Amino acid sequence: MTQDDIARLAAERPDFAAIAAWIPKGASVLDLGCGDGSLLRYLKETRAVRGYGVEINDLDIVSCIANGVNVIQNDLESGLSDFEDGSFDFVILSQTLQATRHTEALIREMLRVGREGIVSFPNFGYWRNRFRVLLGNMPVSSDLPYQWYDTPNVHLCTLHDFESFCRDKRVTVLGRRVMTGEREAGLLPNLLGSTAVYRFRRGI
Amino acid sequence: MNASNSIGIVSAKRAQFDTPLVFRSGAVLPRYELVYETYGKLNADKSNAILICHALSGHHHVAGYYADEPGNIGWWDNMVGPGKPINTDKFFVIGLNNLGGCHGSTGPSSIDPATGQPYGANFPVITVEDWVASQARLADLLGIRQFAAVIGGSLGGMQALQWSLTFPERVRHVLAIAAAPHLTAQNIAFNDVARSAILSDPDFHGGNFYRHNVVPTRGLRLARMLGHITYLSDDVMADKFGRELRDGKFNYSYNIEFEIESYLRYQGDKFAAYFDANTYLLMTKALDYFDPAHDFGGDLNQAFASAKADFLVISFTTDWRFSPARAREIVRPLLHNRRSVSYAEITSTHGHDSFLMENPHYFDVVRAYLDNVAREASA
Repeated sequence: MTQDDIARLAAERPDFAAIAAWIPKGASVLDLGCGDGSLLRYLKETRAVRGYGVEINDLDIVSCIANGVNVIQNDLESGLSDFEDGSFDFVILSQTLQATRHTEALIREMLRVGREGIVSFPNFGYWRNRFRVLLGNMPVSSDLPYQWYDTPNVHLCTLHDFESFCRDKRVTVLGRRVMTGEREAGLLPNLLGSTAVYRFRRGI
Repeated sequence: MNASNSIGIVSAKRAQFDTPLVFRSGAVLPRYELVYETYGKLNADKSNAILICHALSGHHHVAGYYADEPGNIGWWDNMVGPGKPINTDKFFVIGLNNLGGCHGSTGPSSIDPATGQPYGANFPVITVEDWVASQARLADLLGIRQFAAVIGGSLGGMQALQWSLTFPERVRHVLAIAAAPHLTAQNIAFNDVARSAILSDPDFHGGNFYRHNVVPTRGLRLARMLGHITYLSDDVMADKFGRELRDGKFNYSYNIEFEIESYLRYQGDKFAAYFDANTYLLMTKALDYFDPAHDFGGDLNQAFASAKADFLVISFTTDWRFSPARAREIVRPLLHNRRSVSYAEITSTHGHDSFLMENPHYFDVVRAYLDNVAREASA
């Protein structure tokens, strides 16, 4: 991966840079729903992580292998039974949370396997999404590129929803980054932010 | 079979080893020969060698064909050749017939120099570890200190795994395909029935049938028929044969009526005509004994602690002999030991035999992995 590739990825996926900023050099990382392995490749290049991805899609498995990324083909929904308790510093779920069916169980599994969890997801509370709904349609955008009938997203949520979930389920939020494109959304994040990235651990 | 990008004409070579080999059982073989083939060119620093380990009925003729037998195409010719997933333009690929085999390497049907008779029942019971030890001597002979990869399917995959344990420094990558970390009771049970068929054939003569000029064909045939059932999936059998009747009607007899019966008997006859019964027994025992955790109180995590290689583990959805769940038993101790490992579960209808079949996705996975290995070897 060249410096150009790294810069291009960072521009295309602002959540990558946000995630990388939390990860110390040499950490161990498990990336759930890792796609073609771009994030792991990015973290390997920028943070020298020791990582594995989990992915179900056949074509992505080939891409990960071609990318030089370790990948385990498995369905996230069936749990993370191949991974031992506390075997990773970070377990990442990047832009996948909203498409998981057993979301609560998966977050628990993340915190069993990892010391910390990191999730990124499209904020359904983003004003453009709200506006579309107000106009009478389900939102379709670059963050939510699907039509209502073909979307894999079954558990969309807002920042408020995710944070109250964490409170209810005794998950401690350690950090939050909210962005719109590459820009940090500082003011009214649940309204003005399109993408949320959270870092969390098991509550005591 | 795609002959257009075949490696072309190949020939078998023979290596003689005069240093005694001590088997895991304690038995000693004073000298032995291995027959092997090589494809592609060994690079200057000898870092691009790949060893292919064969399964139960395989041998050294992995790819290409013989000048005098153009129809005799290697058993993995679809996988190994110029531009193929195991690319002979980039790698120096070695196929060998395992010790104890019946395709030219020293085995039970070879003449024991001590007696002037075939070894027969006197050939030592062999283990996967013994094979790996004998293969390492072939690597020594060829000047290969470290393999870029050791690759195998089924029993061959077990040998590839064993390489990473016996010689951690001598293998950079292991590709274990359609394999398991040990046999289950059910696997052993199938092997035992196969062996019983051979052992109870009156023509077996306690393994010394050569001197009676007979072959325990009936036992060998039954063993192969049983084995074949376990190599195929229920789906593929249903698809290929279903309940098709040869005569289109019931004959109310014990003759061959269903197409599946005809197929199995054909496969059994074909196999019994060339395969050695003692080799079959040895191979199935090697399978039964294979268990890297055995010396570690059953702890596979500890067994793999010494491994240094990177791994690619591949399974097939309809393989019930070594199912995807069994392949993941290999993946887990590798994760535990923080080895580099990737695991692909290939959708295929062909059961255990899938590892020998052309399948675009399967081939893409192997190709993507080995392309990176090739880059590393030439770096």
